[in-house]
Amino acid sequence: MYNGKYIIPGIVIFVGLFTFPFWSNLLTPKYERPQLALPAGQKECIEPAEYMRAEHMHILDVWRDQALREGKRAYVASNGKVWDISLQNTCMKCHANKADFCDKCHNSNSVSPYCWDCHVAPRGNQ
Amino acid sequence: MSTTRRQFLKIAGLSVFGLGASTALDAADAVAKDMPGAKYEVGGKHLAAKRWAMVIDTRKLESREDYARIIDACHKVHNVPSIPTKQEIKWIWTDKYDRVFTDDMSQHLSPAVREKDYLLLCNHCENPPCVRVCPTKATFKRADGIVVMDYHRCIGCRFCMAGCPYGARSFNFGDPRPYLKEVNPAFPTRMRGVVEKCTFCSERLEVGLLPACVEASNGAILFGDLDDPNSPVRKALAENFSIRRKPSIGTQPGVYYIV
Ligand code: SF4
Ligand code: SF4
Ligand code: SF4
Repeated sequence: MYNGKYIIPGIVIFVGLFTFPFWSNLLTPKYERPQLALPAGQKECIEPAEYMRAEHMHILDVWRDQALREGKRAYVASNGKVWDISLQNTCMKCHANKADFCDKCHNSNSVSPYCWDCHVAPRGNQ
Repeated sequence: MSTTRRQFLKIAGLSVFGLGASTALDAADAVAKDMPGAKYEVGGKHLAAKRWAMVIDTRKLESREDYARIIDACHKVHNVPSIPTKQEIKWIWTDKYDRVFTDDMSQHLSPAVREKDYLLLCNHCENPPCVRVCPTKATFKRADGIVVMDYHRCIGCRFCMAGCPYGARSFNFGDPRPYLKEVNPAFPTRMRGVVEKCTFCSERLEVGLLPACVEASNGAILFGDLDDPNSPVRKALAENFSIRRKPSIGTQPGVYYIV
């Protein structure tokens, strides 16, 4: 092959670099779902846990607009229970352990929401 | 193999388009869904009005302590920091007559009136310039006349500060938290880069409470529905002479002063 001694090692190096994400992923330990500290003495969240896990940011997004813009501060959950719309006064009352609940999942998924730049994290937590 | 380069490129182009389209469809599919059955309602305890307004009876406010008590009450519940520089944050504060009622041209005002302190706060204008200039709709007027902010949306452009004729807005040049002696855990703070102002205590009205400054004023500040002739504000306005700040510019302030 014309200039093969350069081309073939070049291709090998390129393929190696190009597939880096795949083989580096095989070599590193598997992602494990973090163990969260669930609120003691509470059995259920406002909605089923599966839904909360996937959509809590969506709920908070709608909560903000409903409370602030529509003046609707009561959330009637799908099971009929009524909750005050408030991150600090409803969510964080139960999930008082932010470090072992919110942060754990957010950290292991490399997301850093800026909720707590303004919202006050519960006390007895640092 | 009779594939020409032209055919190959066509197929490659189509495949890329298909891939892109399917990812876009997946993304559209993944749009968050509301939990079926969940609803949003106005809380049972909330106080409602067509047009909230405030009347400040300046005759009942005299000593420094009167003002301090009212200002502290507001700033404590709302986590307003006390920053001792030009970068101060204020929701409610005081100033002298000629800087408050700038339209008044009377040359020989009684010294008592001229030397007095007057409480100042956002006027929750009927025609609020701050709302008109806000490019993000972070500042908006609610149906009940209260002008509020959604700090999540504020980009810190400060157009609203330039637009407000009453200096009712403050900008957070830095993180306000180091300047808070104690934090009210039931209310958020603000962050660096947003503007803030008095909310007419909309969050308290929502749960059936009157504004904190009204509660702390021992009756010197009245609060009620301007559209209801039997409300305390309308009664006070009917019985007393009152003025508003800069009435000539047409903003229609919702804060009245009995002098
Ligand atoms: S500073 Fe914030 S509230 Fe004011 S005009 Fe800009 S975006 Fe709107
Ligand atoms: S006083 Fe200023 S901040 Fe308040 S509503 Fe009027 S223009 Fe807006
Ligand atoms: S109405 Fe509420 S936010 Fe406005 S000055 Fe009074 S206490 Fe503060």
